[in-house]
Amino acid sequence: METPLIEFRNVTKRFGDRTVLENVNLQIYEGQVTTIVGLSGSGKSVLLKHIIGLMMPDEGAVLFRGKPLGKIEKTDMEASSVRISYMFQDNALFDSMTVHENIALPLRETTNLEKAEIDRRVMARIEQTELGEAAHRYPSELSGGMQKRVALARALVIDPQIVLFDEPTTGQDPIRKNAILSMIAQYQRKFGFTAVLVSHEIPDVFFISNRILALYDRKIVFQGTPRELENFEHPFKVEVIRSMEGLREELTGLYSRRQFILNHAQLIGKADGETYSVVVFTLEGLDPIIATFGHDAAQEAIKAMGMFVIKHFDAIGGFSSRRNTNEFVTVLPYSDQAEAESILKDFVLDFQAYGIPELRVGDRRPTAADGSVEITVLAGIAHGQPNEDIDSILDAAKNQQKEIARLRCDGRR
Amino acid sequence: MMPDEDRRKFSEGGPGRPLGAFLSGPFAVFGRSAIRWINNSGASVLFFFRAFLKIFRPKQFSKIVQQVYYIGARSSMIIMLVGLFTGMVLGLQMQSVLGNVGAQGYLGTIVALSLIRELGPVLAAIMITARAGSAITAEIGIQRISEQVDALATMRIDPLRYLISPRIAAAIVSFPVLTAMFDLVGILGGYISGVLIMGANSGAYIFRVQASVEMEDITHGFIKAVVFAVVVSTVCCFQGYFAHTRTDSHGAKAVGLATTSAVVLSCVLILLSDYIVTSLLI
Repeated sequence: METPLIEFRNVTKRFGDRTVLENVNLQIYEGQVTTIVGLSGSGKSVLLKHIIGLMMPDEGAVLFRGKPLGKIEKTDMEASSVRISYMFQDNALFDSMTVHENIALPLRETTNLEKAEIDRRVMARIEQTELGEAAHRYPSELSGGMQKRVALARALVIDPQIVLFDEPTTGQDPIRKNAILSMIAQYQRKFGFTAVLVSHEIPDVFFISNRILALYDRKIVFQGTPRELENFEHPFKVEVIRSMEGLREELTGLYSRRQFILNHAQLIGKADGETYSVVVFTLEGLDPIIATFGHDAAQEAIKAMGMFVIKHFDAIGGFSSRRNTNEFVTVLPYSDQAEAESILKDFVLDFQAYGIPELRVGDRRPTAADGSVEITVLAGIAHGQPNEDIDSILDAAKNQQKEIARLRCDGRR
Repeated sequence: MMPDEDRRKFSEGGPGRPLGAFLSGPFAVFGRSAIRWINNSGASVLFFFRAFLKIFRPKQFSKIVQQVYYIGARSSMIIMLVGLFTGMVLGLQMQSVLGNVGAQGYLGTIVALSLIRELGPVLAAIMITARAGSAITAEIGIQRISEQVDALATMRIDPLRYLISPRIAAAIVSFPVLTAMFDLVGILGGYISGVLIMGANSGAYIFRVQASVEMEDITHGFIKAVVFAVVVSTVCCFQGYFAHTRTDSHGAKAVGLATTSAVVLSCVLILLSDYIVTSLLI
């Protein structure tokens, strides 16, 4: 069995009379995105601070590759080149330093790199996090979203193997929240670091997470994939997940997955023997959008797609949800294959006519000089039977996917 | 007849409070304060030594130079101003007093020795505490409560090395230099008021300054300046660094109180250590 990168064994932490963590056991595996979910004040940040050594457990042990963290000498950690970064909830930027100086600080102080090389690496991160115009400004002169990106750039500049994110999307609007999560997911894929997030952004954070850890009543009550969490029956789910997960998703306005499943259950309960159609859409080309216009633009594309899906299918009694970052699902009640295809044609015409109206590059509309990218929409239709499991129908629809539309995104629209 | 329960409460010093506890209360408060004071003193000493040893690590020079600028160079104007008026007041007072006993010729001796041995190091240290020490505490305190100090630790940058050591080194460099400036300008101030305003003999003043000041006086003045540098920089850095652990307040208020404590404690310790160092040197 794989040795966890980080493991908590019976960790207990108290502040005076108050016990925050009690016999916490958890495993975090290398190369994965692990998200810790729990109510505010439940000790998630405390848990994260134990991983980086800002706090020590009163009882129990934190193991790093099977060795207790307290027993690993600093020199051993340095010798093994384990680089851990921490992105603070409130960013913890140095307000007397410019953005460039903030990002350069860990390289300047902990490496022997030449100034030119430090500048090169810092500028690369500044470009990747779309902070080019803010490089020589002070944190107090930046918006909350830009400050988050500076903190993210600083966390990533040392090419870390583990990055701990303490509520990285707090106080952001839906586009920006998803842009930050998308950024984390993209960098995690690109650089292969192990990401540990503390987040309330349900379900958005589930789309980028390999594993979920549920902290409830001072203990970890669940460890598993987001899909496994759906079948987890525990007061945690009622009190925490349902309180955080709204009826509709914040970014797209689509139904949450839980509501989608409830709607589906109601449909098959009512529609005695009737079939229905399920459409699975995939929006391809998000990575080129990110590369050309940035993360915000990619989230605008997802939002626009969600709005088009609602506009077309809710009006005729359908209901839709997001299955993945770029995957949308729609149930068309009482519709056969021909009807579903006809509805889909109207959808494609409308989508191509309007495009993505709010696409932006930073704070401005894109121009011809920014270049252009092509988005492809794939769709697959499957028939649902009343006694059939929704996931197997969705998988069947996904297997039927073919290209239905192409949309050029550039400065003109 | 008093019920047993009431009698017991009365004999124990009040409802729910044993008599022993009531009587020992003030001692317990005093004891807790004494233990806290001893703990803090020990922690401050360890804090200083740990930070001092990190002065000699690589990549410290530019940070020390920067702090010398903030603590030293930017305090020089106020030091010279205070030194000038201190010397002028000394010149006025001493010329008047010495005139009464017919010893006007010793004005230079009194102004120079009192400035170099005592007033220079002490007043310069108090002025630097007011100007730079308070800023050090506030800056480090804000960095602490906004998690910037924790951020350094997560980046594997030792906060003691990065924040504290350069300030201690800069104080050790700056205090003697500023003290020397204070002394020189003070002697000039004494000349202005004593000679130019009050009419004392110019040659006698300069001769007495040269004849009465010995190398030992200057050395003692510099020793005091270094001691005050260690005291002020340690107290101000310590108060800021641990502003978040204060039990009397939190956040910005804790930084404000830490700054006040740093200035008051530094001034008291300057006078206390002045007495100790003087008694050891004499």
